[in-house]
Amino acid sequence: MTTLPETSAKKLGLVIDLDTCVGCHACVVSCKGWNTENYGAALSDQDPYGADPSGTFLNRVHSYEVQPETGTAQLIHFPKSCLHCEDAPCVTVCPTGASYKRSEDGIVLVNEDACIGCGLCAWACPYGAREMDQAAGVMKKCTLCVDRIYNGNLPEEDRVPSCVRTCPSGARHFGDLGDESSEVSQLVAARGGMDLMPELGTKPVNKYLPPRPKDVPADLDILAPYLEPVSGTQKGFLGWLDKALEKL
Amino acid sequence: MHPAGSVILFTVASGLGFGLLTWLGLGLPDVRGWAAFFYYALAFALAVGGLLASTFHLGNPQRFLRAFSQWRSSWLSREGCLAVACLLVMGLFALEAVFYDAVWQPLGYIGAALSVLTVFATSMIYAQLKTVPRWNHWSTPVLFLALSLGGGGLLAGQVGPAIALLALAGVMQLFAWLSGDGRFQERGTDIGTATGLGVRGVVRAFEPPHTGNNYLLKEMVHQVGRKHAVKLRLIAFALMIAAPLVLVMISSSALMICLAVTCHALGTFAQRWLFFAEAEHVVGLYYGKR
Ligand code: SF4
Ligand code: SF4
Repeated sequence: MTTLPETSAKKLGLVIDLDTCVGCHACVVSCKGWNTENYGAALSDQDPYGADPSGTFLNRVHSYEVQPETGTAQLIHFPKSCLHCEDAPCVTVCPTGASYKRSEDGIVLVNEDACIGCGLCAWACPYGAREMDQAAGVMKKCTLCVDRIYNGNLPEEDRVPSCVRTCPSGARHFGDLGDESSEVSQLVAARGGMDLMPELGTKPVNKYLPPRPKDVPADLDILAPYLEPVSGTQKGFLGWLDKALEKL
Repeated sequence: MHPAGSVILFTVASGLGFGLLTWLGLGLPDVRGWAAFFYYALAFALAVGGLLASTFHLGNPQRFLRAFSQWRSSWLSREGCLAVACLLVMGLFALEAVFYDAVWQPLGYIGAALSVLTVFATSMIYAQLKTVPRWNHWSTPVLFLALSLGGGGLLAGQVGPAIALLALAGVMQLFAWLSGDGRFQERGTDIGTATGLGVRGVVRAFEPPHTGNNYLLKEMVHQVGRKHAVKLRLIAFALMIAAPLVLVMISSSALMICLAVTCHALGTFAQRWLFFAEAEHVVGLYYGKR
C-alpha cells in the first residue's frame, strides 16, 4: 500500500554529525558494497572504466563551503542518503504500491518485484535519495540495511547499517528516533539536530548535527612572544658592537 | 527536468485524444456511421497512442498492471484507472454510434466526464510535486485542461468553444510562464535550507560527490536548452494559440481547421518540451545548480 502508516512508534534512522565527518567517502563505498552483494538488484555501473562512468549509489557525500559574515570560511562534508521521512512524498506518488513505509519501524523501502521503474518517486523526493538502476530498471534507495539490523546471523556489533559500521570518524549514528531516551535522540537534543528542507513538510527522521563553533583561543600561538623579532637599539656590549660595525 | 520524448508525446497526444473524446461524448458533433468511425478512430489513436508512448520510459513496463492498484493515494495510478474506464465507456458509446446509429446519451456524458478527469489526473501528476515549484500550482491543471479541451474542440470542429478555450489557455500559459519564473525563489527553498547550513553563512557547493554524471543530474537537473527558452516560448505561443485562433477566425472550413490543428499540435510539442526543460527540481540545490 502506498498510503502512509498513521504513525510508527519506532522511527529508525540515522544521525549524521557534520562536525566530525571528514569526507572520506568510506560510507559510500561500504554502502555500495553491501547493497550490491545482498538484498535486491545489484547497484550497477555504466561504462565504469570508460570515458563517462556513472552508477547507482544510495549514499553520496557532498562538500560545502560556508562563509560566515565574519571570520574564515568553513568546509563541511555532507553525506546524504534517504532520510526515511515520516511524511514521505515518494511513497504516496507510487502507482504500484512498490514504495512503502513500514509501520513497525518507519523504514521506507521499495519492493523491486512490483516496481515498474516509472521514476515518479525520485521526482517526488526533495533530497535526491532515490536513483533508478539503469541495468535493472527498478528504483533503488537506502534500506537502512534492513538485512543487517535484524540479522541474527551477524555478530551484535554488525547489526547496524553498513555506513555506520564503516565510518572511521564516528560521524554516523543509528537508532530509534521515536524513543526520546535513545542515544540518538539525546544526541539530537544536545547538539541541536536539524531537518533538511523542513519547509517541504516531509518530516525527515534522519537528523543532521550542525558543525560546532570553531574554538577561538585568545592567543593561538604560544611561542609567538618568544620569537618576537629583536627590535629597537641594543644596549651594552652588543649595542657597542652593532654601532661599531655600522660605522665600518 | 529532463524532457523525455516519450512523456512529451504522451501528454500531447493523449491530451488531444481525451479532449476530442470529451466533445464526442457530449454529442458535439453528434456523428453516426462512417463519420463516427473516423472521429472515434482518431480520438482513440491519439489517446491510446499517447498512453502506449508513456510506457516507453518505464524500466519494467511488463508489470504495468500493478499501476492500477494504488488509486487511493497516487495520481499516476488514478490517471491509469480513469484512462481505462474512459476508453471502455467511450468504446461502447462509439460502437453504438458507428454500428447501431442509436446512442444512449447518458453513457456519452459519463465518458466525457471521465475524459476530463483523466486529463486532470495527468496534470496532477506534475502539479502535486512540491519538489518542482514551477509545476506545483493550480495553474498547471487549468492549463492542461484548457489545452486539451481547446485542441479537442478544434478536432471536433466546435469552433466557437474552441476559440474561447484556446484564448483561456493562452492567458493561462502566459500566467504560468510569468508566475512560474519566480516561484522557486518565492518558496524560499535554497542551498541554505537544503543543507541546513544557511543560518551559519553563505553556502556554496564546493565539491560534488562524484566527478561523472548520474541519474539525478540527468533526470532532474537538466539545464541544457534553457538558453533558448525565450525564443521557444514565442514559437510555442504563436503555433499553439495565436495561429490556430487566427486561422479559424478567418474561416471555419475543414481545411482551415486541419491547418489550425496541425499548428496547435506542433506548438503544444514545443510548449511541453519547455514545460519539462524549464522546470527546476530542488535537488539541483545540492549540486549548487537549479
Ligand atoms: S528522503 Fe526521499 S526517498 Fe527517503 S523517505 Fe524522504 S522523500 Fe522518500
Ligand atoms: S519507480 Fe517504482 S517505486 Fe518509484 S513510483 Fe514508480 S513504480 Fe513506484
